[in-house]
Amino acid sequence: MGELILQAKHLGISFGGLKAVDDFNIEIKAGELVGLIGPNGAGKTTVFNLLTGVYAPTEGAFFLCGEKMNGKKTHQVVQSGIARTFQNIRLFKSMTVLENVMVAYGMSIKYKIPGAIFRMGSYFKEEAEYREKALDLLKIFDLDDKADYIADNLPYGQQRKLEIARALATGMKLLLLDEPAAGMNPTETADLLRCINIIRERFGIAILLIEHDMSLVMKICERIVVIDYGVTIAQGLPEEIASNQRVIAAYLGADEEEEDVPC
Amino acid sequence: MIDVKIPKEKKKGMIINLAGVLLLFGVLVVLCETGMLSNYIKGILMVCGIAVIMACSLNITVGYMGQIALGDCGFMAIGAYTAALITKAMESGGILVGAGAPNTLRFLIGTLAGGILAAVFGVLVGIPALRLRGDYLAIITLGFGEIIRVIIQNLKFAGGKGFSEGQAGQALIGINRLADLYVVFWIVVLTVVILFTFVRSKYGRAIIAIRNDDIAAGASGLNTTFYKVLAFTVSAFFAGIAGGIFAHYIGSLNAASFGWLKSTEYVIMVVFGGMGSLTGSIIAAVVLSALPEALRSFSEYRMLVYSVALVLVMIFKPTGLLGTYEFSLLRLFNRITGKSGKKLADKKQEVK
Repeated sequence: MGELILQAKHLGISFGGLKAVDDFNIEIKAGELVGLIGPNGAGKTTVFNLLTGVYAPTEGAFFLCGEKMNGKKTHQVVQSGIARTFQNIRLFKSMTVLENVMVAYGMSIKYKIPGAIFRMGSYFKEEAEYREKALDLLKIFDLDDKADYIADNLPYGQQRKLEIARALATGMKLLLLDEPAAGMNPTETADLLRCINIIRERFGIAILLIEHDMSLVMKICERIVVIDYGVTIAQGLPEEIASNQRVIAAYLGADEEEEDVPC
Repeated sequence: MIDVKIPKEKKKGMIINLAGVLLLFGVLVVLCETGMLSNYIKGILMVCGIAVIMACSLNITVGYMGQIALGDCGFMAIGAYTAALITKAMESGGILVGAGAPNTLRFLIGTLAGGILAAVFGVLVGIPALRLRGDYLAIITLGFGEIIRVIIQNLKFAGGKGFSEGQAGQALIGINRLADLYVVFWIVVLTVVILFTFVRSKYGRAIIAIRNDDIAAGASGLNTTFYKVLAFTVSAFFAGIAGGIFAHYIGSLNAASFGWLKSTEYVIMVVFGGMGSLTGSIIAAVVLSALPEALRSFSEYRMLVYSVALVLVMIFKPTGLLGTYEFSLLRLFNRITGKSGKKLADKKQEVK
């Protein structure tokens, strides 16, 4: 395996008295795809919010390629190389598909305000260059022919894919996918799987994936981390997780609880 | 940098737009020189020009970024007083005094300085204010606008009586009426061009993205605070410029005329024309400035007509007259000549 991309050490956050995430540890290497699963409300999205600087951790630290990321703001974290998608799709709805991706290229585009308002050479050169790049990126997701569509008018599955394309345009090293297959039908899920495989091959990035679709998780994840009530209850290969008693208990309820439920 | 490749279509567009502006200027010159325009009409044109600058620049904050700011006239006041005091000081110092070029240059220096100082205050107000959104931002900008106005009203060197007096001072008078219609025309053109190119760059994209989804914009690597303050500052800068023109057109300044009601008028222009359309702002600014004058013969009923016009537009076209549509001379030209016009027009329609 390649170099260490993400390392979280004893990461935790409390909201008042509630420990939403406690002692979260993870290591992700380049090219790895790690799954993060757990029942609803387990704290998965909170982990993502910690890793993208939305929340500042109250305990522990996390590192991207050895660089400490605590206390950085969202855009600084993204510029360092962690990008994400959202559980509820968050696209720039009134903008075109191409513009959505171009926004994420914003930090790579070099021209400054004078270049922009006086339309200097750098403006045309870079706009054309990144337009090409954006179209190339959209091609992976079969969205290049829809580049001029308004993002809001795309079907659901394509909106999901566009969100991933936009995250890729930030030029990240670690991609956080928050339930990318939620609400998708089997065909769309299969298509998504194909896209994820292509971007892994093409960009060699590390991916951390939250997903409830267990067949998808078991199929593509190399390792899985399971959390429940903010605590990591299991970590390991998919086969190990599938037969782990604590995981089964967390998902299906423990034995004594089961007795309480009238049949 | 050596092989500056400007796309052919873009170059053509630039030439056509330049020709269009020159034609418009030509018409203005002919009308003025032949004496077909009375001073009354010229005055209305001047007010329209100021309104166009105000509405277009305010559209950056209110329209493209979607944040209602009600303090724009505070910045206009800063620009107006700064420009007026500078040209007055230069006059008493005997710098650049004289009909023609010296006066125009003095006017431009004062106005530019007014714009710059307004922009500085834009940054200062924007950093704390833009932490808030929506109605909260509207209220806080309204507050800042009023604070600026009241402070100016009491400044001794701006015609006030000083803070200890506790009462409003007189107007700042004796400002040279240096604003020449031709010069103002070119300032308006330059403003619109700069705002247009600004919006059609990565900066404009970032600002529109922030309006769409603040959180997603941050997650796409945009420093949302920076872009918000930037948009706000751009609006403030041009409000300052408009203020400078206003001062040198009216000849005397009274801080009371920069109240929040005036700011609201410009916000109405932006909403009326379409939030996110500079063409809309231009049309709305001209129509809403000229309408009360055109309806002068109806005397009391004119404000009624004004209000009814607003209500009707909001009912039948909630996105404003033009929504986010922009008029393009190039598109019109292509359509008329029929040269690849249809294909281009279709494509634009799709984008829309």
